[in-house]
This record gives sequence, structure tokens and C-alpha cells, in this order.
Amino acid sequence: MNTFDAIVVGSGISGGWAAKELCEKGLKTLVLERGRQVEHVRDYPTATMNPWDFRHPGTLSSEMKEKQHIQVRGFCNESNSHFFVNDLEHPYNQVKPFDWIRGYHVGGRSLMWGRQCYRWSDLDFEANARDGIAIDWPIRYRDIAPWYSYVEKFAGISGSRESLPQLPDGEFLPPMEMNCLEKDIAQKISSRFTDRRMIIGRVANLTRGLKDRGPCQFRNACDRGCPFSGYFSSNSVTLPAARATGNLTLRPDAIVMEVLYDKDRKKATGIRIIDANTKKTEEFFAKIIFLNASTIGSTFILMNSRSDAFPNGMGNGSDQLGRNLMDHHYRVGASGQSEDFRDQYFFGRRANGIYVPRFRNINEQTRRTDYIRGFGFQGGASRGRPGSAEGIGAELKDALQEPGGWSMWLGAWGEHLPYADNRMTLSKDRKDAWGLPLVDIDCEFRENEKIMRKDMMNSAAETLEAAGLKNVQAFDNADAYPGLCIHEMGTARMGNDPKTSVLNRWNQLHEVKNVFVTDGACMTSSANQNPSVTYMALTARAADYAVRELKKGSL
Amino acid sequence: MNRRDALNRVALILGGTVVGGAAFLEGCKQADKAAALTGLPMSAETIAFLDEVAETIIPTTNTPGAKAAQVGAFMNTMVTDCYDEKDQKAFLAGIASIDQACEKAHGHNFMKATADQRKEVLTALDKEQKEYNKNKKEGDGNHYFSLMKQLTLLGYFSSEIGATQALRYVAVPGRYEGCIPYKKGDKAWAT
Repeated sequence: MNTFDAIVVGSGISGGWAAKELCEKGLKTLVLERGRQVEHVRDYPTATMNPWDFRHPGTLSSEMKEKQHIQVRGFCNESNSHFFVNDLEHPYNQVKPFDWIRGYHVGGRSLMWGRQCYRWSDLDFEANARDGIAIDWPIRYRDIAPWYSYVEKFAGISGSRESLPQLPDGEFLPPMEMNCLEKDIAQKISSRFTDRRMIIGRVANLTRGLKDRGPCQFRNACDRGCPFSGYFSSNSVTLPAARATGNLTLRPDAIVMEVLYDKDRKKATGIRIIDANTKKTEEFFAKIIFLNASTIGSTFILMNSRSDAFPNGMGNGSDQLGRNLMDHHYRVGASGQSEDFRDQYFFGRRANGIYVPRFRNINEQTRRTDYIRGFGFQGGASRGRPGSAEGIGAELKDALQEPGGWSMWLGAWGEHLPYADNRMTLSKDRKDAWGLPLVDIDCEFRENEKIMRKDMMNSAAETLEAAGLKNVQAFDNADAYPGLCIHEMGTARMGNDPKTSVLNRWNQLHEVKNVFVTDGACMTSSANQNPSVTYMALTARAADYAVRELKKGSL
Repeated sequence: MNRRDALNRVALILGGTVVGGAAFLEGCKQADKAAALTGLPMSAETIAFLDEVAETIIPTTNTPGAKAAQVGAFMNTMVTDCYDEKDQKAFLAGIASIDQACEKAHGHNFMKATADQRKEVLTALDKEQKEYNKNKKEGDGNHYFSLMKQLTLLGYFSSEIGATQALRYVAVPGRYEGCIPYKKGDKAWAT
């Protein structure tokens, strides 16, 4: 009864997809999740709370600041803190500052993700080869394009078609609307710049009902879990689809220790876990294994899967396992105010912003001599309410009941190059509460990122000024360390050559053909787009390949 | 800039659509270990006092004021659960300072003062905190009246009364419209 056709480790964005695809293809599939169960809707305790239902609205308690001292550096707050780890219970070593933002529960970070979905193009897949750094991606846009379409149609992504070569269009639900100031700024950017455009964000929120889900109710409370199933999460979309096949077994509270290996058959045979509560170990067996435990989680498992055959970790003949850890660098940009549209307001809370696709180093005309790659802007305009004003009494009360002027911000999300010595390793002496080694993380932003960052800030300010905004203020938060963008990736990169990469073009370990890694660990470069939809597409593609190979008898 | 200022600034910039807005707040430094400070949690008497301070800052007009919104109890919760020890001490000492200022100006304590006398005392303190903040150097503590005013505004406008009567709140908008007419006097969205 501990034997299945397939085991999927992790139930977040990519694990949910692996589960759905493998179950739908008829495989009896076990999903192992290290954290607790989170049932869709039932386990969203804050989902319908009003501002006054919170004990500390908009403020972190001292207890949270202690127990979640790393998580709160991100967007963890009172309304969603139950979906972020307790940092005291889940330590790691920061050789250099690295903010590891995690959700250990069924659904993982698919519950709290930012939901922005942007396809990559060959500008990204060819980048390493073109620049002569790291190694070439083993795939091109044509390999993944049909799988982007496949996952977009099922997940439900709203957006506008723009025919931009650097940001291919997808299968979109109707776009969300820009507000007055955004429409005005978008028009001014188009007329003042030949290289940049401002479009509405492409987001995994349903602007129209899809099957029995949604539509989005414009409450802007996504990261608490959505009782309307208005956005994509494993809990609301892929895991129910997997369950509907009758082929899914979901086991929460199962911390994976290692992948079991048969050195005679040169195949993985299963997984050893330790129960998070009882601390009992248990083994499960399957023909194929998908690791979707998150970038650092999946690589941890491979590193901890040591045997005579793999003394330095499973599939690590290249010595690339753990290397080339990347994130995106952000929290840099500009904001400005507008004196216009005082007679205009908005209705509803749009959980989405605008996007300015990459406009640096996309062709000869936009070539930079000081750095390679580029960045995109996310942001938005709104008409806020002043937080305070002078004086006290009825005048103060009156002044704070009306909206102030319109304002707009742009934040830049920049590419982080792969560096071999930006890496994670296993601690030799420190262990966690389950006796597993802690992860040491040694990662930093370097020269290319730092030079790019100046341009990220200045071009954000330049763009807003050109669009007519007043009091434009640039910002650059210097303590935005790697990890904080929660786009960590790399550490088990894909490549054609087993000597320089961990995974092949099908996300399959070069050295163990029935083990697949399809989360962020597989990434060979980071581009600047939010990565989740690429993980979804790579996962569906790899699952399709794995089942075909299994049926052929090659696994 | 402390986190509350940052929050206000971001709220101003982003209004009702704080898309990833919280991500732009400065991370709070790890809190000092919550010491069991004398006076916390606050007594019913102190909470009643703070209700009157809050009511003076945000009075009942054509909509209920801060006392009806139980802002005194809100301040107790926030100071106890969220403040570091330095702010807790400044806040608690400020309660006595208000009484002293009232004694000096009117010959009796704050609870005994009329609404006009209370407003006069707190208006002077509002000016004092503004001056203090203008000259504030790194490492200087917060002025207690800055804290009381911030908590009053946060507590009131996030309360059910503040959000639904002083402001407008729709729990489930169901749609987004990017441009709708606005005329002077229309209330702002609570969130």
C-alpha cells in the first residue's frame, strides 16, 4: 500500500500541476507535502474578514516580528501570516543575507503568490548563449509555447494582446481595466517613447467564470485564500482536478528526507519521509518521481540523497547542484503625483497593476554598454486617502474622509545572472528539529545587477516625469536582499551536457532518468519576468514526456 | 521614517489597491522582547481616558466619533501587542503629561475638562509634536502625542463605524471600474 505509479514531492504551484497531469494520465499518484493540510475555503480563516475584524489592522505585532522575523520582510502580515512559516522553527544559515520566504502547507506559496504571469521569449532562452555566460538553455520558445497555452487555458490568465516580441501574447481572459490616470500615462508613454509601452498586468485572476470557478470579485484579498476561487492556486484548481480522477493520494505532514536509489537498475525506487508530527520515518515507492518542493527544497532533497553511487548528492556528477542560485532584484523605482482627474474615482479593489515590459537590451537600438539583460516595471495608479493631516477635531475628521489626489508608482523587477558561487550547501554541523541538515545560503547581487539597478531607478523616474507626473520621487531600498522577491530559482539547472548541468531538456536528471525536477530549481537563467507560469508550463511538458517514456518502457 | 509613516505614505500612494504595497514597507526591526511593563495591559480607567483623547481628535459630528468606535481599547491592544518598549514607555508617560498640561492650562485634569478645554490642550500638543518631529534626530524617541494621534486615526478609520460611516466600504465589489465620476464631498473608500 506504499507503492504508487508516481510520487510528487510538494503541492505548490508546480507540484499541483504535476499531480493533475500525472493523475489525469491514469497514474496512481502520491503527493507528499511537508506542511499541514489546507482545504480550499475551509482552511481560509481570514478570507472574508473586514478591516475591523483584525486585532492589529495594518500593523505587525511584536510576536509576529519575532516568530516570523524573516517572513515579515516580505508581504506577510496579520491577514495571511498563517500561510508563512515560523522562522524560529525553520532556521537556515545566511552566509550572506538571504530572505527565504516560505509557506509550508498544502498549496504552498500558490496561495499567497502575486499571480503575475508573463511568458518568456527567445530573448530570454537564447540569452546565455548570446552573452557567452553560464550555459545555454536546452530549449527554445517553440518548445514551451504550446505548453504555455495549455496551462494558461486551464489556469485562467487575464490580459491584453500586445504583439510584443519580448513578451509573447498568451491565451487570455479579458483584460482588467486601467483607471483614468493609468490610461493617460499609458498613452503618454507610447507617444513619448519608442521603446516602451505600459499595459495592464497579466494576472491569474478570472475576469470571467471558468468552469465552476470565479469570477474574481475584486476584493483584493487573494493572499488569504479565495472563497470564490477567483484566482489560481493548487488548492482551488489543480489539486481538485487531480482528486477528481480518483488517482490522487495526498499526504500532508510528510517531510521528505531523500530519494531512494537502486544502483544496479540505476533508478530511483521511492522516497523516505519523516512525519512532521510523530517523527517516524516511512518509505514510499513509485516508478517515477517529480520533485516540486521549491527551488531550495528540491535541491536540498537531492543533496541529502547520498549513496555510494552519489556521494555528493543525487545527480550531482556535474558539481552544479546547489549552484547558480538566482532571484530577481527589486524594491527600486519611483512614484509621482498627478493634479488631474480630481473629478474621477474608481470602484472595486483590483488585485492587479500595470506592466511595462522590458525595454533595455531587446534589440540594437536599445543596447546598453554598461550592463546586460534588463528589467520590467510593475506598478499602478490610484487615488488614495491621506493617512494624516494637521490639527485635531472635526476639521481633521472631515479632511480625512475624502480621497486625496491621484498618484502612480513604478517598481522595477530586474534579471539576476547565474553565478556558480551563488550557491546553497548543506550544513555540516547544524540540524533542524527533524535531524535534517540546515541549508547554508551564500548568494548576493553583483556588478551587473548593481549597475542595472541605477538604470532601473532612473528610468522609472524618467518615465513618470515624461508622463507628466509631479513631485517624482525615486526610491531604492538597499536592504532588499536576494530571496525577498520570492522568485528564487536555479541550483539544478537544465542543459544539454551532463558535465555542466543537472537536468536535461525534459527536466529529467541526467543521471537518474526517472527523477524529474520541474520547479524553480531547473532554471538556467532568471530573465526578469515573474516565473510561475513558466514552471507550470515546464511541469506539464515534463509530465507528458515522463508518461510517454513510461509507456514505452524507457523509465 | 518609521513603519507607520511608511504605511501612511503607501496608503496615500496606493489608496484602495495596495497591490504588493506592503512589500514596499520597510521591514520592521525585530521587536524587543515584550517585557511585562507596568501599566500594560491598561486599566479600564486608562482606556476610558484614551477614549476621551481619541474623541477629541476625531469627535462625533454627523457620524459617530472615536469613542463610539472604541478607539481607547484599540490603543490598549496596539500599544500592548505591537509597540516596542521605548514607545510603550513614551505612550504611558504621555497620559500623565496630558493631565499635567490640562492642570496647567485649566486648573483641573483632562477628564474634568470641557470639550473645548480638551480641544485646546490637545491642539497645543499637536503643535508640540509637529515641532518635535521637525527637529527630531536619529535615535530620538517618538512624541507620545504623535503615537496617540496615529493610533486614533488608524483605529477609527479601520473600525466598522469609521470604515462604513465616515468612509465607504464594500465588502464584495464584484467588479472593477477604472473611472467613475467623483464630486467634491464624496467619501473615500475605506480600503
